[in-house]
Amino acid sequence: MSTLGASATESREVRARSEETARLAVEQASYAYSPTRRQIPTFTLSATSFQARQREVVAILGPNASGKSTLLQLIAGSLAPLSGRVLLDGIEIGSLDARTRAQRIAVVQQHAPLVFPARAGEFVLQGRHPYGRALHLPNEEDVALAQNALAQVGAEHLADRRMDQLSGGEKQRIILARALAQQPLLLLLDEPTLHLDIGAQVELLERLRRLAEENRYTVIVVTHELALAAEFADQVVLLHRGKCLRVGTPAAVYQRELLEQVFEAPLDVEAGPAGRPRVSLRPRLADAARPDGAGRTRG
Amino acid sequence: MRPLTMRRVVWTCTLLAGVLFAVSVMALKLGAVPISVSDLVVSLGRLAIGRTDQLPLDYRLIVFDLRLPRIVLGALVGAALSVAGAGFQALLRNPLADPYVLGVSSGSALGAVLALQFLPQIALATPLGAFVGAILTITGVYFLGRREGHLDSTTLLLAGIISASFLSAIIMFLMTTLTSRDVRGMAFWLMGDLSTPLVPSLRWFFLVALLVGIGAIYTTSPDLNLLVTGEREAMHLGVDVTRVKLVVYVAASGLTALAVSASGAIGYVGLLVPHAMRFLFGSDYRLLIPASALGGAIAVVLADTLARTIIAPTELPVGAMTAIAGAPLFIFLLRRSMR
Repeated sequence: MSTLGASATESREVRARSEETARLAVEQASYAYSPTRRQIPTFTLSATSFQARQREVVAILGPNASGKSTLLQLIAGSLAPLSGRVLLDGIEIGSLDARTRAQRIAVVQQHAPLVFPARAGEFVLQGRHPYGRALHLPNEEDVALAQNALAQVGAEHLADRRMDQLSGGEKQRIILARALAQQPLLLLLDEPTLHLDIGAQVELLERLRRLAEENRYTVIVVTHELALAAEFADQVVLLHRGKCLRVGTPAAVYQRELLEQVFEAPLDVEAGPAGRPRVSLRPRLADAARPDGAGRTRG
Repeated sequence: MRPLTMRRVVWTCTLLAGVLFAVSVMALKLGAVPISVSDLVVSLGRLAIGRTDQLPLDYRLIVFDLRLPRIVLGALVGAALSVAGAGFQALLRNPLADPYVLGVSSGSALGAVLALQFLPQIALATPLGAFVGAILTITGVYFLGRREGHLDSTTLLLAGIISASFLSAIIMFLMTTLTSRDVRGMAFWLMGDLSTPLVPSLRWFFLVALLVGIGAIYTTSPDLNLLVTGEREAMHLGVDVTRVKLVVYVAASGLTALAVSASGAIGYVGLLVPHAMRFLFGSDYRLLIPASALGGAIAVVLADTLARTIIAPTELPVGAMTAIAGAPLFIFLLRRSMR
C-alpha cells in the first residue's frame, strides 16, 4: 500500500516536472544550405535557441527568407542541425527513427494538390500510418481516432467528400485532422494561414489554441502574419536573414523599431488587451498626400 | 468513412480472378480452329487429372501447346506491365507515367535489334539481348536520375525520357541496316507480340521473378499511398522514402524488363489498367496493386484473343490491339473522372 502510494506521488511529481520542464528544447541549432558540399553556403541559419512547454503555442515569425522553414525542418527532424541540438523530452530528435518520430511529431505543410483523388476520411486515416503493421489496414481504434480527429476540427461531415472538391479552408482542416490522428506531442505548422481568408485564419488559430490546451500539444507555427502571431502565440521567435533576433512573449518581442527594421515596413505597435500588442500598418501613402501631416492620427 | 478492409481486398480480387478465368476459357475456345465449350470442358477436366494422353492429338496441340501457353504468357505480361505502371505513377507522382517512360522498352529494343543483327541464328538471343538492354538502361537511368545520392522524381523522369529518345534514335539507325524480313519481325516486336512462346527452360525463372517483383511492390503499397501525396509528407508520416523509391524503381523496372523481353513493348496496358482500376475501386494502393495485376492479365488476354481472331487467320500484333482499344478507353475514363 505504502509503495503504491509512493509510486503515485512519484508519478504525480514526474508529471508535474514534465509540465514545468521544456518538452521541446532547441539548443544553439544552426544550419547551412550549399548547392554542393564544397561550395560556400547560400543560406545560413545561425545558432538559435528556445524552449517550449506542453500546452504552449510558439510562433516562429519573420519575413520571407528569414529561415523560418529551415528552423521548422530542424525541429521536425527532416534536417539535421549543423551544430547544436534539438531535443524532444530530452531525446535528440535526429536519433529517433522515422516511425517513432512520426508518432511524436506531426507536421502540417502547405498543401500540394493530390495526384490521385482521395476521400477526406481516407486521407485522415493516413495519420495512423506510423502505428500500422504490415499492410497498415486500419483497425477499429484507428477509425475511431480518425473520426475523433475529424470531430476536433469540426469536419465529420466531410469524411466522404473528395479532397479536390473541398474549399481551401476545409482542406486545411482535413490536413490538420490527419496530423491530430498521429497523436503527436508536437504539432508543427508551416504557414497554415497562407491561403485562408481572415475568418478562416482566426478560426484555425483559435482551434490550435484549444487543441494545445485540451490535447496538451506543444504547437509551433511558422508565420509571417504579425497580427495573428501577436494575438495567439505564448512565445514568439523572431528571425531575420537567418539570425534569431528575439525570443519571448509577444509583448517583449514586438517593439516598433525592431519590427520595422525586420519587416521593412512602417508599423504602429500599441498595447492591446491582456498585454498583447496590436500591430497595424502606418498609412505612409496618406502621409505623402498631405504635406502638413494632418493625416496622421498618432504621433 | 469507409476504410479499406481485408474483406474488400479479397472480394475484389476474387471477382477479378473470376473474370480472368472466364476470359481465359473464352480465349482457349476462340481462334482459327473453333472448339466447342463441351470439348473444352472435357479436355480441361482431363488436364486436371493429368490424363492428357487420352485427348485427340490436334486438340492437345491447339489447346495446350499453342493457346494455353500464350494465354498464360499474356496474363503474366499484362500483370507485370500494369503493376509496373501503377508503381511508376506513384514513384514519379505523375498520372501519365507508364512502364516505358524511363526508357526500359527502348533499351530492350536496342538489345533485341543488336541480337537480331549479330546473332540471328540463335533463338534465345533476341529475348536475352532485350533483357540485357533493359537492365543496362535501368542502371544507366538510375545513376542519371540521382540527385545528392537520392532518386529525384523530376530528374529521374527527365533522365528516362532523354535516354528513351536517344536509344530510339539508335534503333532507327540500326533498323535501316536490317533485311526486310527482320524489319517485319522487329516491327512486330516493337509493337508487342505474343506469338513467340516463352522458351520452356525460362518459364520458371520468368514466373518466380515476376511474383517477386509484384510482391516487392505490394509490400510498399501503404507507403505508396503516402508517397503520392508528396515526399516530405510521407517522410513526416514515418515512411523511409529513399528505401521505398529504390524498391519500387528496381522492382517496376525489372518487371518491365521481363515483360518486354518476353513479348516486346505492348503499349497502353501499363498506363491504362491502373487508371481503370482506380476508377473502379479507388486509389488505395493496397487494393490497386493486386487489382492492377489481375486487371492487366484480363486486358492482355482479351486483347490478344481479339488480335488472333479479328482478321483470322492473319494475326495482328497484340500491341496494335491494345493501342486501338486503349486510346479511346483512356479518353473516356479521363472525361468521366473529370466530372
